[in-house]
Amino acid sequence: MRGRPWLIGGVVAAVVALVLGVLSGPAGPPWWRIPLALLDHLPLISIDSGVSETQWAIVWKIRMPRVVLGGLVGAMLSVGGASYQGVFRNPLVDPYQLGAAAGAGLGATLMLATFRGAGGDWPVDPVPAVAFTFALGAVALTYVVGAAFGGLRSTATLVLAGVAMVSLLTAVQTYLLQRNSEVVREVYTWILGRLTNATWADVRMVAPYVGVSCLVLWLHRRHLDALRVGDDEATALGVPVARVRLVVVTAATLGTAAVVSVSGLIGFVGIVVPHIVRLLAGSSYRRVLPLSVLFGAAFLVACDILGRLAISPSELPIGVVTAFIGAPFFIVLLRARSVRG
Amino acid sequence: MISLEGVMVRYGRRTVVEAFSAQVGAGEWLGLIGPNGAGKSSLLKAAVGVVPFAGGIAVDGAPLAELPTRRRAQLVAYVPQEPLLPPDMTGFEYVLLGRAPYVSYFGTESPDDQAIARAALERLDLAGFAERRLGELSGGERQRLVIARALATEAPVLVLDEPTSALDIGHQQQALDLVAGLREERGITVISAMHDLTLAGMYADRLVLLHEGRTVAAGRAADVLTEPNLTAYYAVRATVRTEPDGTVVVTPRR
Repeated sequence: MRGRPWLIGGVVAAVVALVLGVLSGPAGPPWWRIPLALLDHLPLISIDSGVSETQWAIVWKIRMPRVVLGGLVGAMLSVGGASYQGVFRNPLVDPYQLGAAAGAGLGATLMLATFRGAGGDWPVDPVPAVAFTFALGAVALTYVVGAAFGGLRSTATLVLAGVAMVSLLTAVQTYLLQRNSEVVREVYTWILGRLTNATWADVRMVAPYVGVSCLVLWLHRRHLDALRVGDDEATALGVPVARVRLVVVTAATLGTAAVVSVSGLIGFVGIVVPHIVRLLAGSSYRRVLPLSVLFGAAFLVACDILGRLAISPSELPIGVVTAFIGAPFFIVLLRARSVRG
Repeated sequence: MISLEGVMVRYGRRTVVEAFSAQVGAGEWLGLIGPNGAGKSSLLKAAVGVVPFAGGIAVDGAPLAELPTRRRAQLVAYVPQEPLLPPDMTGFEYVLLGRAPYVSYFGTESPDDQAIARAALERLDLAGFAERRLGELSGGERQRLVIARALATEAPVLVLDEPTSALDIGHQQQALDLVAGLREERGITVISAMHDLTLAGMYADRLVLLHEGRTVAAGRAADVLTEPNLTAYYAVRATVRTEPDGTVVVTPRR
């Protein structure tokens, strides 16, 4: 009931952010010519937009993929965070909790440190591929370790196994960095997250994972609501708790691993966006999941625009912006709720 | 209706319920009593599929361990000792969870399911709480809501674990009256664990006294609630008195 206005709000926010993202930027044509140029590029329509080929290339090949990728990444990290919070019944976990980010970080570091300079003429960029593989491997390992110690009956065990795994992977990564200090800058640029060099190829690579992941998570919205009353009661209500947890974690991890492998470890989105959504529209996963997709996309694209404009012509890393904007905004919202409540 | 045959529950190497057997007829109320750690909760959790068990539990001849989880949940509803009530869930959302056993894996609740949930809310005088958040409710209201969720499952067997332990004396009576009323109205079979011995004897048709996982006494209240039994298994100084109407009253002594 109170979800519908927010659904419309989410669609509007996402569309506005995407449009602003396409219209703004240092180089390129004046913003008001861009809609004309877009129309001109539709079949059967021909308008003199006054946009040169070079300017159009900036819009189509640089800005558009960046904005679309930003939207996909923001949507995935938010819906992944919401789902992780659901299956672990813990508001503080994010989609990196079981080691997806630490695994991706280690994979990328390993590649940048050991095969530096290589790969330039490879058919695919090996860094995202290896980051993706390591992210999945790390989460799988956490799950196996957690399950071995009863983690499937108690969510705390699995979360703690994740904490141990993240520490271990981070330690290995730090060791690698210390041994290869000449790549520190490169690795940090990767870790802090960037959408700068986004291409349509990146979008094509990530979109299927994000799509499938979002669909599977959406199909489990009712189960995520049932898990809110705890494993025992959900079991008594006929919910196959262990299976739901495994499927949701797998889907959220696949999508998260895919996006972090191209965009780096953008922090805070997976925690702050689902909570903002819960504060606005209530905490039923039937609303939280779709709204996280919409507001997550809007939030990340908006942060990217700010990162581009703040110290133009240079750029702030997107991971810095999300935390810088997200944390104070979140505190204000929490305060507003405590005053109202 | 529900039969338990040699039910055994173990946590690791520790056996918490040993060879428990009982037959509970349709519409009957069986009360489980016993000191803390006697195995009452574990036995009830076995009946609702939350903990694994050896032996047999069957509803109308259908062995629970062999049924699909949803089918089992349609037969046995559970009111836990400390239900977890998400503070920002609404009353209707909560009671609707009682329909989960009827919804297919990827399905959603049908209009029928929603109507049954609304009816359960109304039956327990909770219609006004449908859109209220659980965090705003009092203890008595919460307890009724948990019973409403169990009612929404339309299960023939209702399992209650200490349903009154968090309530004051008035709300204890109200909750038990409610269960008694539902039992009469719909012929529901009830198995409950209870701490208050007088109330247990008053509402249940039969009592089973558990001690360290074993059944040490079973039968009508007057046969189970005896001073020797209470001294031996609860280590309590108590006076047992039978009222003219047959009610057995247990009063602790200083």
